[in-house]
Amino acid sequence: MPATMTATGGSAGPPSGDGAVAGTGEVLLGVRNLSIHYPIAIGTVRAVTDLSLDVYRGEVLGVVGESGCGKSTLGLSILNLQKSPGRIVSGEILVNGHDILALGPEDIRAVRGPKIGMIFQNPLTSLDPLMSIKDHFIETMRAHDPKIRKGQIIARAEAMLEDLGIEKRRLSEYPFQLSGGMRQRIMIGLTLILDPELLLADEPTTALDVIVEAGFTELLAKLKRKYNLTVVLVSHNLGLVAEIADRIAVMYAGRIVELATALEIFQDPRHPYTRGLMDCVPNILLDRKELVAMPGSPPDLVNESPCCPFAPRCPKVFARCLAETPRLLADAAPAGAAPAAAASAPAASAAAPRAVACFLHERTN
Amino acid sequence: MKRILNYLIARILLTIPMLFILLTLVFVVLRVMPGDPVSSMLGGHAPQAVIDAKREALGLNKPIFFQYLDYLGQLARLDLGESMNFKEKVSTPILQKLPATIELTLAGIIVALGIGIPLGVRSARLRRTWQDSVIRFFANITYCIPVYWMGLMFQMLFGVFLNLFPIAGRVGTRVDSSEFDRTGFYIIDTLLKGNFTAFGDVMYHLVLPAVTLGLTLSGVFIRMTRANMLDSLKSDFVLATRARGVAENRVVYTHALKNALIPVVTMLGLEFAALLAGAILTETTFSWPGMGRLLLERIYNRDYPVIQGIIIFYALFVSVVSLLVDIIYAVIDPRVKL
Amino acid sequence: MAENMKPTEVESRRLWSPAGALSSAIGAFSRSAKRYRMEWWILVAGLLIVALILFMTFFPGLFSAYSPNSQDGPQLKAPSPGHIMGTDNLGRDVWARVVYGSQTILGVAISASLLSAIVGIPLGLISGFAGNWADKVLSLVMDSIYSFPGLILAIAFAAMLGPGVVNITLAVAVVYVPKYFRLVRGQTLQIKEEPYVEAAKAIGAKRSTTLFRYVFPNVIATVVVVFSLNIADAIMTEAALSFIGLGLPAGIPDWGMDLSMGKKFLPSGTWWMITFPGLAIMLLALGFTMLGEGLAEILNPRLQEY
Repeated sequence: MPATMTATGGSAGPPSGDGAVAGTGEVLLGVRNLSIHYPIAIGTVRAVTDLSLDVYRGEVLGVVGESGCGKSTLGLSILNLQKSPGRIVSGEILVNGHDILALGPEDIRAVRGPKIGMIFQNPLTSLDPLMSIKDHFIETMRAHDPKIRKGQIIARAEAMLEDLGIEKRRLSEYPFQLSGGMRQRIMIGLTLILDPELLLADEPTTALDVIVEAGFTELLAKLKRKYNLTVVLVSHNLGLVAEIADRIAVMYAGRIVELATALEIFQDPRHPYTRGLMDCVPNILLDRKELVAMPGSPPDLVNESPCCPFAPRCPKVFARCLAETPRLLADAAPAGAAPAAAASAPAASAAAPRAVACFLHERTN
Repeated sequence: MKRILNYLIARILLTIPMLFILLTLVFVVLRVMPGDPVSSMLGGHAPQAVIDAKREALGLNKPIFFQYLDYLGQLARLDLGESMNFKEKVSTPILQKLPATIELTLAGIIVALGIGIPLGVRSARLRRTWQDSVIRFFANITYCIPVYWMGLMFQMLFGVFLNLFPIAGRVGTRVDSSEFDRTGFYIIDTLLKGNFTAFGDVMYHLVLPAVTLGLTLSGVFIRMTRANMLDSLKSDFVLATRARGVAENRVVYTHALKNALIPVVTMLGLEFAALLAGAILTETTFSWPGMGRLLLERIYNRDYPVIQGIIIFYALFVSVVSLLVDIIYAVIDPRVKL
Repeated sequence: MAENMKPTEVESRRLWSPAGALSSAIGAFSRSAKRYRMEWWILVAGLLIVALILFMTFFPGLFSAYSPNSQDGPQLKAPSPGHIMGTDNLGRDVWARVVYGSQTILGVAISASLLSAIVGIPLGLISGFAGNWADKVLSLVMDSIYSFPGLILAIAFAAMLGPGVVNITLAVAVVYVPKYFRLVRGQTLQIKEEPYVEAAKAIGAKRSTTLFRYVFPNVIATVVVVFSLNIADAIMTEAALSFIGLGLPAGIPDWGMDLSMGKKFLPSGTWWMITFPGLAIMLLALGFTMLGEGLAEILNPRLQEY
């Protein structure tokens, strides 16, 4: 078990790109040994395998990886909303220390929205086409406070729209009358109106064009400050994540293979997969003419094998990689080390330890 | 409201070509096919002179194209002509029988939707469980059961063996229908008269035919509701609504079901044709005095004008219903620009 | 619908030769046997029912010792070991009439479906491919017929043509022409835009070549499914026509006619006269429906929903 990931309590979170201190060191969301399986006709897809992760209050955590690496499944499972026939087979999801997987259908409703808000991939289809924007707000707020007056809801919705840069009159319109970017902002407004502590964004810009995407990044940064949000940003878009994330978790084959500050990930990727990902990003500062594509294809999640899931594509594969699966271990710290030891790791500019699941790095310890 | 009015006018104009084509088709079929209506009407032994005189009177001696033009001219004056066999205008027997058919088909739709939508929703929510399989099997079976056979079986079981329901007619013999025969819609008439015994009797007679007709069509609605419900349960907005903590019942019934019903509503217009066909057979089985029975009666008599008139009325009926369906669709879906 | 057709797109590219169509169909079957377990069973059950009834149609003597028209038995006798389904009012064996009646209904339903396909498919193909004023007129005519209750049309035709096997076949066939027309026209419009058709045009294929080598074979795949479902519909229509007395001359065993006969004796409680012919109609229609649906789900999962 990758105990090291939970061994960071007490230390402050890493600084974010713009220099502000992000993260208070308080764990808001804890994922413990989570495994999610999809039983299908030809076998079982292991979408997420024994995954553990902490999200600190106030930070922006980016989760990146190729399509099919389990990052969206992970995102949805945080609200226990994984798509059918997906099933959480083991693990815990702790919100403020309480396991939400143990909650009944009524109790979990109080988490979905007021505690953790989520925005989705496709703003174009994420609003009910038959319902006006106003009714979306009314329904959302009434779901958590049945007695709230309509006038009160409208007033708050109008204020929220102002924050999001949308005219008030749009409230009485229907989704089809709004542009994609506007619908995206309405989605965010519907989420923020419940005042969540954590904002989960699942590929929030995939369906948007580049200009709208740029605006979205700014908006997210602004809202994060104003609403005091902790953000988990699930995306395959490294550029977007680089811009706003404090820490980045790199996922591969349903596991986290590397976890470090955004700066570390970009400047000094350790896992061969992370390195490969970085090579795929066009960088105008580097004097390199062509883009590199990673060889091989995403892993087979159905057939279990003992080897490191990345081994078939790894340029640095060696015998041990084929015999066992590496665990996610804190960098430069012996396995099972005390938090203090991790925090005082010499190379780290940040206070939090970085972690990598690779025998190459375990060996150097 | 204005957009709905404009739309209405456009739609009505669109049904004219359809009526025209059906009419032409039926006209040609009726005239080109072998068999002379006049001789069959007058019996085999009428002298040739009498036959010719009758043909002349009916305009049947003209070339078919002129007969056709005459007929169109007549229709343009909203005149369906006169019956060949009885001294009555074509519209008289049709208008007299139409309410019975409307009553039966409406009751049938209510039963079909009342069974189809809930079962379809249940089947979709319990996808790939035994309940889903049972419901889908039921849907397939009802689709393949001839409506008249189901009617016969019901008559046998509930009428003959259990003696629970009447098996023929719109009202019982103890009720005098002339007492409330005003609009022809017995349900309305009896209520207008405040005659609740008669109303009860009318409903009592309606049960078996309506259930028969509704059941055979419910399969189509189960399948449509299920398929659309599956789609909308998978949709992004349902997931997003759940993620905002909205209660599951509301997610399913307000969001998923409402969106799933839109295609069902649009299909209702098309399925209505099947319903009318089913209604003819139901009328035959249950001796229900509607347009279907009238059509068959007049077919045996070769009463062409009435047959044509009935076909026109059926076509009108279909058009009106599909128009209504489109209006309902426009009202519930804000995306529809009329 | 177009965006949902992606999975079959790859297959359709290989479908342009009959051999390719066959091999890809077989491939699709074996691949999907696992994926669509339930649909697979529906298909197999449908095939079994249809095969059994076909066997009965071709070898009725193996199934019934009586002739369908011999009036030797006791009249209106309930099922007994001698007459397993009882006898009708003329003393004819109900089981024998069920066995021999399948010839009539299957013959009419299959030939009517074939006939409508033969008329409807070329019209739809040409209409969709040409797309000129003729297309507009044809579409309008076909849509008008399509929107009208088919049975009523069949009744009108059957009544005018008079009783007879050929006549009833024609009456049933008329109803289903628009179905093939609309299906084929829609498919043609869609396939016309596919890259491989564009490519054929670009390399200078003649219009007729494009139509028959590239468009037609791809349209056929969906027609097969609809054909099977159509036979089920035609069975119901034929039975309905003969039930209301517009079908066949007396003497030809026919399920619908037997039902209408049974209706007359219903008040006296002769349940066997209506139960068995009706069951037979249902079973036969069910067989073809299941066959068509199994095929639809496996060949193209989207088709079945409409």
